[in-house]
Amino acid sequence: MSEVSFKVNGSAVTVDVEPRTLLVDALRQNLGLTGTHVGCDTSQCGCCVIHMDGTSVKACTMLAVQAEGSAITTIEGLAQGDELHPMQAAFRDHHGLQCGFCTPGMIMSAVDLLQHNPKPTEREIREWLEGNLCRCTGYHNIVKAIQAAAGSAVSSPMAAE
Amino acid sequence: MTEHGIGARVARKEDKRFITGHGRYTDDINVPGQAYAFFVRSPLAHARINRVDTAAATAAPGVIGVLTGADVAAAGVGGLICGWAVTGKGGAAMKAGAHPILAHQKARYVGDHVAVVVARTYTQARDAAELVEVDYAELPAVIDLATARDATSVHDEIERNTVYEWELGDQAATDAALGNAAHVTTIEITNNRLIPNAMEPRAAIGQYDVGTGQHTLYTTSQNPHVARLVISAFVGLAAEHQLRVVAPDVGGGFGSKIFIYAEECVCLWASKKLGVPIKWVAERTESFLADAHGRDHVTKASLAMDADGTFTALKVHTTANMGAYLSTFASSVPTYLYGTLLAGQYKTPAIYCEVDAVYTNTAPVDAYRGAGRPEATYLIETLVETAARETGRDPAELRRRNLIQPGDFPYQTPVALAYDTGNYEAHLDTALELADYNGFPARKAEAASRGKLRGIGLSCYIEACGLAPSQVVGSLGAGVGLWEAGKVRFSVTGKLQVFTGSHSHGQGHETTFAQVMASKLGVHYDDIEVFHGDTDQTPMGMGTYGSRSLAVGGSALANAADKIIEKGRRIAAHLLEASERDIDFANGRFTVRGTNREKTIGEVVFAAYVPHNYPEDLEPGMEETAFYDPANFTFPAGTYVCEVEVEPDTGTVEIVKFTAVDDFGKVVNPMIVEGQVHGGLAQGIGQAMLENAVYDPASGQLLTGSYMDYCMPRADDVPSFDVSTTETACTHNPLGVKGCGEAGAIGSPPALMNAIADAVGTRVSMPATPEKVWQAIHGSAVAQAAE
Repeated sequence: MSEVSFKVNGSAVTVDVEPRTLLVDALRQNLGLTGTHVGCDTSQCGCCVIHMDGTSVKACTMLAVQAEGSAITTIEGLAQGDELHPMQAAFRDHHGLQCGFCTPGMIMSAVDLLQHNPKPTEREIREWLEGNLCRCTGYHNIVKAIQAAAGSAVSSPMAAE
Repeated sequence: MTEHGIGARVARKEDKRFITGHGRYTDDINVPGQAYAFFVRSPLAHARINRVDTAAATAAPGVIGVLTGADVAAAGVGGLICGWAVTGKGGAAMKAGAHPILAHQKARYVGDHVAVVVARTYTQARDAAELVEVDYAELPAVIDLATARDATSVHDEIERNTVYEWELGDQAATDAALGNAAHVTTIEITNNRLIPNAMEPRAAIGQYDVGTGQHTLYTTSQNPHVARLVISAFVGLAAEHQLRVVAPDVGGGFGSKIFIYAEECVCLWASKKLGVPIKWVAERTESFLADAHGRDHVTKASLAMDADGTFTALKVHTTANMGAYLSTFASSVPTYLYGTLLAGQYKTPAIYCEVDAVYTNTAPVDAYRGAGRPEATYLIETLVETAARETGRDPAELRRRNLIQPGDFPYQTPVALAYDTGNYEAHLDTALELADYNGFPARKAEAASRGKLRGIGLSCYIEACGLAPSQVVGSLGAGVGLWEAGKVRFSVTGKLQVFTGSHSHGQGHETTFAQVMASKLGVHYDDIEVFHGDTDQTPMGMGTYGSRSLAVGGSALANAADKIIEKGRRIAAHLLEASERDIDFANGRFTVRGTNREKTIGEVVFAAYVPHNYPEDLEPGMEETAFYDPANFTFPAGTYVCEVEVEPDTGTVEIVKFTAVDDFGKVVNPMIVEGQVHGGLAQGIGQAMLENAVYDPASGQLLTGSYMDYCMPRADDVPSFDVSTTETACTHNPLGVKGCGEAGAIGSPPALMNAIADAVGTRVSMPATPEKVWQAIHGSAVAQAAE
């Protein structure tokens, strides 16, 4: 077993994991942060996207031990108390989710998009989301939600930390 | 329309937990002391199982037990069943091969569940599964649909791999009309095989309480009560009253989570046998291998017309792939959800359909979003478009000539269904206008100037939803009734709890049903909570599929609300010292007609629970249950127009505009309805352009077993959509609703494929990959050059 220490949603944590444990499993199993989902085994679906040191990564594609010393934000850490992150609010207001399973990864990925490109075109949004699969929405309202969030003041989730 | 009532564009109640990471899916649930299951699956498509050696796996670290098909057989556990007995030609009974929850003596597809390893941790179970040694004797794999009936038997006792040979309609009249036709269009067409791919993989936790004898199954199900019924009555794992099935938040279904699967049964059975709760979560590869697949038809069909373009007959022969076992509702999909829809929106007077359903060594095939209706629509709309092209007619006008007209309803089709209402020309006209159909020639010319091939395609679909009138489906072989139940419970303080047997896995019932209740009872939307998915908490139910939740489940709730109103009327009459006949109810207030004397529903509810001043002979309390059995199917219909540009050098297709106009009857929440259409359109576009489940014809290996091999629609594969509705209210349910969940997936493939055919001048098969489109373009160019 290996001991790994990092910050999650602003709190310092230490987990004891097998060296082969994926970061997503450490988040879900060891830390109970089940908002980060697992939808495939080949790093294609994007249900597990989180932010590590401010950048979106697929938590199924990293070992937990690689997170040593990093600062991680999961979907649970995006809202400030009862105040939703503008991207979360935009997904709700524009019906950018149905079953909700891809939604945490979609939102985390979309937040990172606007950090890189605050005013993306529809084409840029669609291309950015290439690594996030959704089977419910046909992407139409996800794109609208991201466009709407881009029109409002969007802060980095890491800025608050 | 109130702010949050029927017709309002209300943000969803369920969203807060999903956007903040607090959804509760099956894999998010952990039971104290739970062990983990990992399934040993057949690597061969077809094989005798000579021996399963579990000794090494049993001795591996952390292993609690290893169970095989022999253990299942020895324990006398029942098998999985197909709940719809389709009767074939001449009254022949359907041939259903045994479907044990762990394969015994024979494995019948790659991924068939042969043994289960249960261990303390998931990784221990997985590691130990590699130590299970199975001695297989490989048999020839039956994969090719065309030759399956002359191949090795998938089930030894079933001849010619034939499940049934079924027919519907008037063969003699159809043949006569074909013989007398001015023009006959004949096509051969394949409806490609699909893998549903809900984003949440299937999962289950089986749990047995030694003290109470109660079993609990958490599972990713669209219909927990049906799971409870099948697992108790047929698999025989627990008495129905001692089995609780919980389907918590479920991450999409699209049909694939209707069915009762082996894995969840094994978790429940083994949890009692081994004395530990057992959790299983499918890896995506297992989803590809072992979720029920969809579609997979090969069809030859002929459409007859007279000299002025009036359809006179349709004749269809379809071979339908059922896979290795009959899944829960598989038999009904290519028959009663397909053959009965072959009239489409048209007044074709004579129709005859034959369907041969066959076994192959592939995963079971069952309902997938649309289920039979996409197959019927793709066939009809390809035939109509091809007929228009062959006879030089405008495809829109050929359709218009043959549409069932508003004055024709109720309309009895020649294939059993009676459509209650519709106005097909209304959505045809709206769609043509929104798509600027008349402006297409100019756009085509402009595209040609840029070297692009532009095409436009239509699809006029109909579906039968709101499944289903129980007596009708019973007479056709269904083993269950297809009613729905709803319960409405006021609390003392006037808050409302609503319980439904429907199940939401993305559809937004917590919002839509609350809107219905807000309109019916005048209770504020924020004071209503909807519950579903737990057989111990909700009334009986039949679940969610076939676009039935609002039409059947919502109608049950509306009727329960009416019972509340009737009881409230008696209480209000007593409190207001008036006759019940003089009490009106609207907007949450009981009023003495013609006066300003009134009691709010909150006051009436309070009186029901604190009955100090109360009618004699009336029960206290305010809680009502209603069961609703629909009088008929509902018939959503619509017109879709797709416009594409094809790059001739590469064969790539760009959808430049997609217009969908649907008649879903009354719409409760337009935002949710639009979302349902968007999602359906993307799935239909996926079928038409991207998705294809492929088995190697020799080995039976699934070649498309991951997201690297099976092409899912991604955000940059689909356009934004132009969706709108027209409305004819359903005539036979209390809400006037028809259902909207499947339409997009039903109507979109032919619109897109017809647009591609229009662009390149010839039909292309689904999925229309750039390679196929390029070959279609350059094949015809080569042919023209040769002429």
